[in-house]
Amino acid sequence: MPIHLRSAEELEKMHRAGLLVHEVLTALRASVKPGMTTMDLEKIAEEKIAGQPGKAAFKGYRGYPCALCTSVNSEIVHGIPSPKRKLKEGDIVSVDFGMEVDGYYADSAVTVPVGHVNAELQKLLDVTRESLDRAIDKMRAGNRLGDVGHAVQSWVEENGYSVVREFVGHGIGTKMHDEPNLPNYGEEGRGARLQEGMVIAVEPMVNAGRPEVRMRDEWVAETADGSPSAHFEHTVAVTANGPWILTRPKGMTGPSW
Amino acid sequence: MAKKIEDEKKKKDDSGNSKEDAIEVMATVIEPLPNAMFRVALENKHQVLAHVSGKMRKNFIRILAGDKVAVELSPYDLTRGRIVYRYK
Repeated sequence: MPIHLRSAEELEKMHRAGLLVHEVLTALRASVKPGMTTMDLEKIAEEKIAGQPGKAAFKGYRGYPCALCTSVNSEIVHGIPSPKRKLKEGDIVSVDFGMEVDGYYADSAVTVPVGHVNAELQKLLDVTRESLDRAIDKMRAGNRLGDVGHAVQSWVEENGYSVVREFVGHGIGTKMHDEPNLPNYGEEGRGARLQEGMVIAVEPMVNAGRPEVRMRDEWVAETADGSPSAHFEHTVAVTANGPWILTRPKGMTGPSW
Repeated sequence: MAKKIEDEKKKKDDSGNSKEDAIEVMATVIEPLPNAMFRVALENKHQVLAHVSGKMRKNFIRILAGDKVAVELSPYDLTRGRIVYRYK
């Protein structure tokens, strides 16, 4: 299957969706507090997107019931918001959100500390976020997919953590999951060559312990050893001027999250 | 939302299973042939060459001329079938 190359206009459309995603995630990030349930987060997201163009991309995707994925502590990805799941001081929660506007998708995620977290967890968040930054920096024409995966894996493993194999970043555009797959591991110089116009959702999922995954049900993936897991994601386009993070405002610089 | 990589493998398994696409019809056995093959007459009077399914062979279901049987036909080759059930 071919990897789609997006024109400048298409990228602008995805950026429009991306800005909405960014707005929602920024609001959620600021409102996470101990005592909230993950369903409260879902409601905030629903309110935010009401009246906006487009729709939440996850809701109804292969039967997924919500707009958000909220994955707490040892949950890696695809945690389903629930009024029973209360966030405690010292938890970490990954909030994953995507929008479809005018037929174009954008997808992003951030892991947020609930209240104050211990130094161990903060380091996990910092290392994962940094691995996303390093991966994004490799999203340049002429590099290969393996370079991006390697950037994540080498940094994460250097810090004593592990990367999840069962879930991968993905091409994104007029579908949420498109070609190619972008694993968070790899060898430099391997894989498809990146070209201008490719758009990929780069999303390192990092476990503090071992990399194995256990599926709690059809959706929720958690670490097999119960260790905490962090997840950061941006939708990134390869352009002539280097990587363009579609899921944040244009002028923004500095760390990805 | 992260993409699960097993999804693609699963899809292939589903589409590759030709037994799922078979058409099941009623038939009467006309004559036994060598190699556990039978000539059977379908309800619409067509005659097809049918073999006995592995499951029936394993369980020693004997088939004689005149038996009523259920036959699965492949949509690709309607002249051959697979006997999947013998009615009493």
